[in-house]
Amino acid sequence: MIRMEDAIVQKFSLPALLKESLGAHLGWGRQWGSADLKSSYDAVIVGGGGHGLATAYYMAKEHGIRKIAVIERGWLGGGNSGRNTTIVRSNYLYDESAAIFEHSLKLWEGLSQELNYNVMFSQRGVLMLAHNEHDRQSFKRHVYANRLNGIDNEWLTPEEAKQFCPQLDLSPGKRYPVVGAALQRRAGTARHDAVNWGFARAASALGVDIIQNCEVLGLERDAFGAVCGLNTTRGKVATTKVGVSVAGHTPQLMSLFGVKVPLESQPLQALVSEPLKPAFPTVVMSNAVHAYISQSDKGELVIGAGTDQYVSYSQQGGLHIPIHTLDAICELFPIFTRVKMMRSWGGITDNTVDRSPIQGVTPIPGLYINCGWGTGGFKATPGSGHLFAHCVAKGEPHPISRPFSLDRFRTGRLIDEAAAAAVAH
Amino acid sequence: MLLIKCPYCGQRPETEFKCGGEAHIARPEDPSALNDEAWADFLYTRSSIKGVLAERWMHSHGCQRWFNALRNTHSDAFLITYEMGKPRPAVDENGELK
Repeated sequence: MIRMEDAIVQKFSLPALLKESLGAHLGWGRQWGSADLKSSYDAVIVGGGGHGLATAYYMAKEHGIRKIAVIERGWLGGGNSGRNTTIVRSNYLYDESAAIFEHSLKLWEGLSQELNYNVMFSQRGVLMLAHNEHDRQSFKRHVYANRLNGIDNEWLTPEEAKQFCPQLDLSPGKRYPVVGAALQRRAGTARHDAVNWGFARAASALGVDIIQNCEVLGLERDAFGAVCGLNTTRGKVATTKVGVSVAGHTPQLMSLFGVKVPLESQPLQALVSEPLKPAFPTVVMSNAVHAYISQSDKGELVIGAGTDQYVSYSQQGGLHIPIHTLDAICELFPIFTRVKMMRSWGGITDNTVDRSPIQGVTPIPGLYINCGWGTGGFKATPGSGHLFAHCVAKGEPHPISRPFSLDRFRTGRLIDEAAAAAVAH
Repeated sequence: MLLIKCPYCGQRPETEFKCGGEAHIARPEDPSALNDEAWADFLYTRSSIKGVLAERWMHSHGCQRWFNALRNTHSDAFLITYEMGKPRPAVDENGELK
């Protein structure tokens, strides 16, 4: 185990803050080093988003692998890590999903201390609204399933839901009446950029090389077919372990390596409003009308919309998708009807048919894959990285991620969260 | 929102259409003869390419007929729409129709 104190990076603490305040805060150094690609590494992680950086960090910290490179085609956190709605929760129906997302939520709870970086994890609760009898039955089933798995989730009556989130409109005659809600109190939000920066800083402190603007051109394989190197726009690099963590571009990259993946990449849109004073205490999701909303620490309302119906890499989508979501938001929360929207964008999500992720080995020895997190990968960032680090370091998946193998599409052991949630998540 | 040219009705907004996923994937003639790998391949593997993709669309709020389309998944621009049963039009290396 390597301690943060051993790192070159300056540790954040009260004495450090006092010391730097005397120098008008001009003395803070760079948070992570910029490295050149060396000629060989023990392992290379492709993709410098939250999952990739977390993988590199946990490999260095828990598995003692020091010569690691994270290579990123664009810039750190410039993909889906910077394009999500920052919601963290673990109230999934099936045992396998509950285990993997709860593993992640537990890591979130200590992440700021672990990384010595404030990721602004705020356990403000996630309230999932039920609008009809079907929702009520389905959510209660979720609540009981979660409790059997040791995950907090509770059923609230409409009045209790309004007490928790006073902005809810319970007046009669509403188009989407609230007949109850499921509340996970330990769920909440985190600051997405801080998560990337925190992992980059902590990984860099442990000697991980972070290389941006470096695109993978191909895989080098030895006489036995195993991975022996990577071709990149910054030259060749020798390595026997390659971990791929590139979200929406997984089909493209894996086709370059000659591996078929059961994924389709689609845009998922989100939008933020102008900044407001604190006006919304929690995260509210409504599966039936497909809307979710929270307020960031900056004051913007962060609103998640749905996926477009077609494959696209354009990082934008049709305007009718967010409009549909805003219709529902205005109906559920009349106080927001006059709020102006400031920005909207799309992220490219890699969706599996069962809407569960893929993590583990591939048909090529030494090539490991972490993908298919689709529309819900942000909440999994530390957990996914932690488990994938085990997979890349040991050459076999961690027991928690074993059910999420690429092989499950052949064996038919799908983990059908798509049907369980009846909505993109 | 995309503007899509239905081969039967002409140009209409995307909200009138349903996308049916990748085109030209034929159901195996004898499914029971396939092994698990080939069956999984037929069911789940899609090309999902960044470039020109052939896909099925249905004009669900119009003539309710299926047709195929070539669309660039990088720019979302449609190259051509064509009737079911017709072969996929050829595309050059720049992603333009030949």
